[in-house]
Amino acid sequence: MKNPVNWVTNGLRTAAWIAAACAVLCLPPSLAEATDISPFETMISGQTKVPQVSDKKPGATADHSKFEALQKPFENGSEVTKACLTCHNEAGHQFMKSIHWTWEYDNPDTGQKLGKKRLVNNFCTNARGNEGMCAQCHAGYGWKDETFDFTNQENIDCVVCHDGTGTYYKMPNSKGNSACTVMFEGKKPIDLTKVAQSVGMPSRANCGTCHFNGGGGDGVKHGDLDSSLKAPPHELDVHMSPDGGNFSCNACHVSDKHQWAGSRYHINARDTLGTGKPGMRRDVASCESCHGVEPHEHPALKAFYLNSHTDKVACQTCHIPTFARGGVATIVNWDWTTAGKVDDKGLGYKIEGYIQANGHERPTYKSIKGSFEYGENVVPTYRWFDGQMEYTTIDRKFDPAAQPIDINGFKGAYDDPKSRIWPFKKMHTTQPYDKGNNTLVYMHLWGDDDKAFWGNYDFDKAIAEGMQKNELPYSGEHGFVETLSWWPITHMVAPKEGALGCQDCHARDGRLAGLTGFYMPGRDSFGWLDMLGYAAFALTFGGVALHGFLRFVMKRRKGSN
Amino acid sequence: MATERTHSGPYKRAVRIYSRYERFWHWSQALLIAILAFSGFGLHGTHSLMSFETAVGVHTIAAIVLIVLWIFTTFWHFTTGQWRQYLPQRAGLFDVIRFYAYGILMGSPHPYHKTLRRKQNALQSLAYLTFMVIIGPALWSTGIVYLAYPLWSDLVTGQWFFVLVVFVHTAAAFLMVTFVVIHVYMTTTGKTLTHYIKTMITGYETVELSEIEEKYLEETQPDMIR
Repeated sequence: MKNPVNWVTNGLRTAAWIAAACAVLCLPPSLAEATDISPFETMISGQTKVPQVSDKKPGATADHSKFEALQKPFENGSEVTKACLTCHNEAGHQFMKSIHWTWEYDNPDTGQKLGKKRLVNNFCTNARGNEGMCAQCHAGYGWKDETFDFTNQENIDCVVCHDGTGTYYKMPNSKGNSACTVMFEGKKPIDLTKVAQSVGMPSRANCGTCHFNGGGGDGVKHGDLDSSLKAPPHELDVHMSPDGGNFSCNACHVSDKHQWAGSRYHINARDTLGTGKPGMRRDVASCESCHGVEPHEHPALKAFYLNSHTDKVACQTCHIPTFARGGVATIVNWDWTTAGKVDDKGLGYKIEGYIQANGHERPTYKSIKGSFEYGENVVPTYRWFDGQMEYTTIDRKFDPAAQPIDINGFKGAYDDPKSRIWPFKKMHTTQPYDKGNNTLVYMHLWGDDDKAFWGNYDFDKAIAEGMQKNELPYSGEHGFVETLSWWPITHMVAPKEGALGCQDCHARDGRLAGLTGFYMPGRDSFGWLDMLGYAAFALTFGGVALHGFLRFVMKRRKGSN
Repeated sequence: MATERTHSGPYKRAVRIYSRYERFWHWSQALLIAILAFSGFGLHGTHSLMSFETAVGVHTIAAIVLIVLWIFTTFWHFTTGQWRQYLPQRAGLFDVIRFYAYGILMGSPHPYHKTLRRKQNALQSLAYLTFMVIIGPALWSTGIVYLAYPLWSDLVTGQWFFVLVVFVHTAAAFLMVTFVVIHVYMTTTGKTLTHYIKTMITGYETVELSEIEEKYLEETQPDMIR
């Protein structure tokens, strides 16, 4: 007999559906259409583009173009910020605590002092001391040296993240050498009034202004973040595609008081909490926070098996088959040793030696940076990862004989319940280091002077200046060291049809062939057990065959007798 | 049909020694073990005639069906008392071994005479006992644990338990296929090459019946005897 309670609730549910369907059908068309818009979609006034899904409900109670404070010409960005703060009087204090402002991150577990303000990477190597150029990606105005005032709210750049026109851009905060100024010529002036009136929730393009261009160009650094994600096709990114979820970055990197979830400085490699309890808001950017810890909903058996993987395999491992697959290449190998060549006139130059899938040319050599190799549609490198990166900071000595040196090494193991198999972009670079002290170095790259590498092409001068500016020791002799940096791949999630199949890994020469130290069905066997087993089978087979043969022979002989 | 007994003592009659359920069990089990061996050694990497994904699905479904079949069969064994067929018997074991090693080549008669109470010779019952209490359980118990991986993966530190499960499962699988080779070969050792197979299909085999058994069957279960 049916459970009467279920019967009643099912009946009510059906009735509710019918009622809802009638209501929608009977509504005037305009209202019926309005129900198509999810409450989580952001509306940016005056824009025709499809609104992106964000973490916040749309600020539909205010139209910024009607605020008096914004209906005037603005001299500069700071003026706009001042106007913003007249209403958003908490935003400045909130923002000044964020990593987008401080460029500092103190890892609570390792105690390491991280952030762009401090770290050496293996792309352009260091933002520190080169803020005049690099702080174009600082959400502030005027950071060019140590004198920058981090306590002045008016130095905050609100519109770089909130601009809805797509016309806003930033320029270097100080003058560079003439070798570099050519990059910034011929830009259209910005209509700041229009920009100020257009503001809304950040779109992919807003975040992408910096995050798509990390490492000094489109897609250079991450491999899973580049301009192809502004409007990605469905097969490139199921979440961000306008034909898919049309998520803005904030849909996953949820924010609270200008603090964002999902920093790679502090990763949870295995989220066991999932969606949390009903109504519970989890300020994390993990896949599980939306999809739960048993995310697969195929026919029962397949789902069961796929869900059996979630304890050891990160979602990204199967669901991001390759990275840099949107037509934009990523740099996988960088060689600083070739930097500094000049032409007959003594000037630096570049060679456009690579054409990426979207047709754009990319430099394979630049006098200011050295030589590059690109990758597209790259199969990630898979490693056990516990979420904890250990950085080779500027003060850390290493043994050059042990190169390549990990810029951000990490641990992880099958046995560790916090670890899972993660996909990485492995970035290889040959970069300058202090040969006497065995440390990485800060280089003075940017500046209109006779020491900046960009323009003078002298490593020793540039390193000496970069180290001296920060009161760090330099032996006076540089060498080159091979380094690796590891970039967890987490964007460019393919639709489920594009996910890896079983045998991509469960095979002798599959994607995880290089990941040893644990037993994986289909890949591994117990060598001697297999030998014994096959031998037993073969000997038995041979034995019965011989027995049968003897029976046959004996019978024949008997028959002939 | 009653026949006149011309002498006292055991008398050979064609009797249905394998009931319909027993034959159904045997052949469906044979099919399932073939499927499991093929898909299982596919998963193991012995061959690549089946994709990993298909092999996982086929192997799991066949295993579940086989386990259900075994549950029914265990029940059948105990309700019918047929489990006694597998009780170890020392008597005649070496005669049977000697027969298969030597006598069969010389054309000697089989030392064992099937009776209704004891359908299997000593070697046979020992082999089937091994199959049913060692190889079979080793496979299904580790198979179930393997399948239930998500239920225990976080309770066990390290991979020793998983490796143990995999090891026992694989080792038992090798034993199983080796058993099957011998078993299939042994079917050819009857009066004719296919005699035993025919018996397993029709169920009828010539066995020695006591006069009482014969009378009893003729009167109460005439379809069992011909």
